[in-house]
Amino acid sequence: MNMKICGPKCSLCCTLISAWGIVQLGIMGILFWVRSPAFIEDLKIDDSIMHPAEVDIHGNAKRYLEAMDDSFHTIALNCWIAALLYIVTLFLSGWQLWVNNRISA
Amino acid sequence: MGSIFRSESMTLCQLFLSSEGSYNCVSEIGEIGLVQFRDLNPDVNAFQRKFVHEVRRCDEMERQLRYLEKEMQKDSVPILDTGENPEAPQPREMVDLEATFEKLENELREVNANAETLKKNALELTELKHVLNITQHFFKEQDSEPNSSITQNLLPAEEGKGSVQLGFVAGVATRERMPMFERMLWRVCRGNVFVRQAEILEPLEDPVTGDQVHKIVFLIFFQGEQLKNKVKKICDGCRATTYPCPETSKERKDMGQGVRGRLDDLNIVLNQTTAHRHRVLAAAAKHLRTWFIKVRKIKAIYHTLNMFNLDVTNKCLIAECWIPYADLGRIQEALRKGTDKSGTSVQPILNRMETSVKPPTFHRTNKFTRGFQTLVDNYGVASYREVNPALYTTTTFPFLFAVMFGDAGHGFIMLLFAGWMVLREKALIASKMSGEIWNIFFGGRYILLLMGLFSIYTGTIYNDIFSKSFNIFGSNWHMGHNATVKNLSFTEALTLDPYYRDEYIGDPYPFGFDPIWQVSINKIAFQNSYKMKISIIIGVVHMLFGVILSVVNQAFFMNTLSFVFEFIPQMIFMLGLFGYLCIMVFHKWIHYGSGPEFSVAYGSSCAPSVLITFIDMVLLKSEEPLPGCNQWMYDGQYTVQVVLLILCVICVPIMLIPKPFVLRSRHNAKMRAQSHLATIHEEEMGETSDAHEEEEEFEFSEVFIEQAIHTIEYVLGTVSHTASYLRLWALSLAHAQLSEVVWNMVMKIGLSQSSNVVGSIMLFLIFAAWACLTVSILILMEGLSAFLHTLRLHWVEFQSKFYKGEGYAFAPLTFKHIISGEEEE
Repeated sequence: MNMKICGPKCSLCCTLISAWGIVQLGIMGILFWVRSPAFIEDLKIDDSIMHPAEVDIHGNAKRYLEAMDDSFHTIALNCWIAALLYIVTLFLSGWQLWVNNRISA
Repeated sequence: MGSIFRSESMTLCQLFLSSEGSYNCVSEIGEIGLVQFRDLNPDVNAFQRKFVHEVRRCDEMERQLRYLEKEMQKDSVPILDTGENPEAPQPREMVDLEATFEKLENELREVNANAETLKKNALELTELKHVLNITQHFFKEQDSEPNSSITQNLLPAEEGKGSVQLGFVAGVATRERMPMFERMLWRVCRGNVFVRQAEILEPLEDPVTGDQVHKIVFLIFFQGEQLKNKVKKICDGCRATTYPCPETSKERKDMGQGVRGRLDDLNIVLNQTTAHRHRVLAAAAKHLRTWFIKVRKIKAIYHTLNMFNLDVTNKCLIAECWIPYADLGRIQEALRKGTDKSGTSVQPILNRMETSVKPPTFHRTNKFTRGFQTLVDNYGVASYREVNPALYTTTTFPFLFAVMFGDAGHGFIMLLFAGWMVLREKALIASKMSGEIWNIFFGGRYILLLMGLFSIYTGTIYNDIFSKSFNIFGSNWHMGHNATVKNLSFTEALTLDPYYRDEYIGDPYPFGFDPIWQVSINKIAFQNSYKMKISIIIGVVHMLFGVILSVVNQAFFMNTLSFVFEFIPQMIFMLGLFGYLCIMVFHKWIHYGSGPEFSVAYGSSCAPSVLITFIDMVLLKSEEPLPGCNQWMYDGQYTVQVVLLILCVICVPIMLIPKPFVLRSRHNAKMRAQSHLATIHEEEMGETSDAHEEEEEFEFSEVFIEQAIHTIEYVLGTVSHTASYLRLWALSLAHAQLSEVVWNMVMKIGLSQSSNVVGSIMLFLIFAAWACLTVSILILMEGLSAFLHTLRLHWVEFQSKFYKGEGYAFAPLTFKHIISGEEEE
């Protein structure tokens, strides 16, 4: 229960980044879920849909819109899963911070 | 009246102190820290001053205390810091302190010397123990009878030849010396000795240095007296210690036991010595800090007393000091307290003196304003009673920083950091963290707090949070009639024209930039125009403010000459040229636009370039307008511009010429009046009076050149300083672009993933990298850069308009830095 993995500076750094990550990734996840256009350049859309070979105006447009929705959805889930991972990291680094405080005190 | 608006009014006082009460009075004055003493004996050598003996005693005490401190640090004894503030002890208590310190020092030195001797003995015994063990091991193989000697003859004695006896020497040498030692033996004894060696496995502690050294036990066998002497001499030369090793194994066993017993005793004594030393240090550590403070206070008081003059009657001391006029009451209170403590009945006398020497500059600051005052003072301490720019710096500094920093996300992180420092102020001060960089950040915590707040504000105006924009009110740009599916399939980028009301609704976004700019390709072209124009406007306003502050100075010092011949032409020049430029910018913003409400002459194709118009104004050129457009922005523009230009040109000789002539005529009038008085005086008294009181030198050429320099500096400065404010645009552009690059190159890779598993792990890792880059590059590096540029704008562009900065700082006698434990030079 008292094992030290990283030193005081490393654990403080990791704690702060984890806290920041949870907040920011949580908010970004919500924004991606409601399809905020500010993130439109961060989407991942297949090249065959971005630059289709055949001229099928309405079909291409429909595929593009569906790909956009998919990507928004996927990235939103990614953000939330990463936020969960950061919650785990927060616990780990918080525990290390506590261990380091006990050693130095 | 004291305030941060202007420095305090100071008065020079003479202080008469009785000899008995002087020590206590100076002690009380040092506690309140409001008096600056002048050195009345500047040409007296340090060794000839009155209290040199006391100072020497204090130095000796400090040396002893430092020795104690070093010993405590060696033993890691914690030095207690109770935070109490002991008063300077009376002179008679100094003797007690000296005795205590001397006793402690001697005791400690004695204990240390004893410990060293004991350690040396222990080392010898340990080495001897190892020697015995190893020789035991060597001879184990051949010892069948315990009483047989090593040196017994193996060969039977031959007839005619004497018996052959082998001698041996056992000893210990350091491992590093061993090869050299062996080679020396080989060469000197011509190969006639036999050496066996074995390493001592555990390292031994050297008593003097405390290092761990590895040593080797050696046994040298030789035959004959001569070789024995040679071997002994070589051992001494190579600093190998020899030990007498008995020949029979029984004797060796007995010796070994004896050695072990002595070693145990020695270790017990050594432990007790160390424990005693630790107890002495721990007892002293409780008082060490108090002693340091007391000794330093005594030394400071005696240094101050050395600056005083001794009266003719040798009964009282005279001092000259600068004190703030508002604190006269507090100082007299302190003097009264001091004389009460010393028990004399003679009250000290505080006498105000008139003088023409320039007093020191004293700004009363609190913990908030102190940071900004330091920024201003680093350029130059304000002249006596000059208006203090630090008051305005509290707002303009964070604002100009924020214009250059302009990102709400980064500002928020700065705010969090500064907020933590401010909220935990007391705890952080008490913990006394060292490190110069930390002290710089902590000292500027209020500056950082304001910079963060203002950056959030400008971040919302630029609509930039970590290089993304936020859409609160709904964008005012829409997909109009051109945005058909057919068009969008074939064009990479669609242009939205603000002329059409279905693409742009005609009114701007309510607060800040429209969020659509962040996702547009021509964002920079649009932002450039806006940011350059506001940089110029902010610059002109800031500089005009500086010129107006010079009026405040001129009014206070009643300098009408400067008001008429410097302030008025300066204002006309600045307003006529660059004020007019700003007015043109506003005019263009209001009257020119794109859309059906504007006529063609006021539309986007006919909008004149403000810069070209300005250049044409100065060069008196006029250009042919494009077809359908007006030549001028408003009626009568040509006449107005010519009038302004002529006014500005006239201002230059007004700034340059009249003032030196007026100064010269004033000086001549004063000289005439003085000589007139002197002749009247001579007639009345019938004796020749001496020269005038004050010979003021007046070199006309010098004054004229100085005025010329000021004029040129101002006139050229209006152009160059105004252009210098364009760095507000440049740095905000750089910051925005850097922020975007960091997002696109780092974060986007983590975000644009198509799978959930890989994507989330990558996002998890890449976010950490993005966070580190944001903090290190965008906040620290860009923050430092923007801070520096803001500082330059304040020091050069703003302060050159009104600030003289030729004063010297008020340096009172104060014990504050002694209590906080800072190192004195």
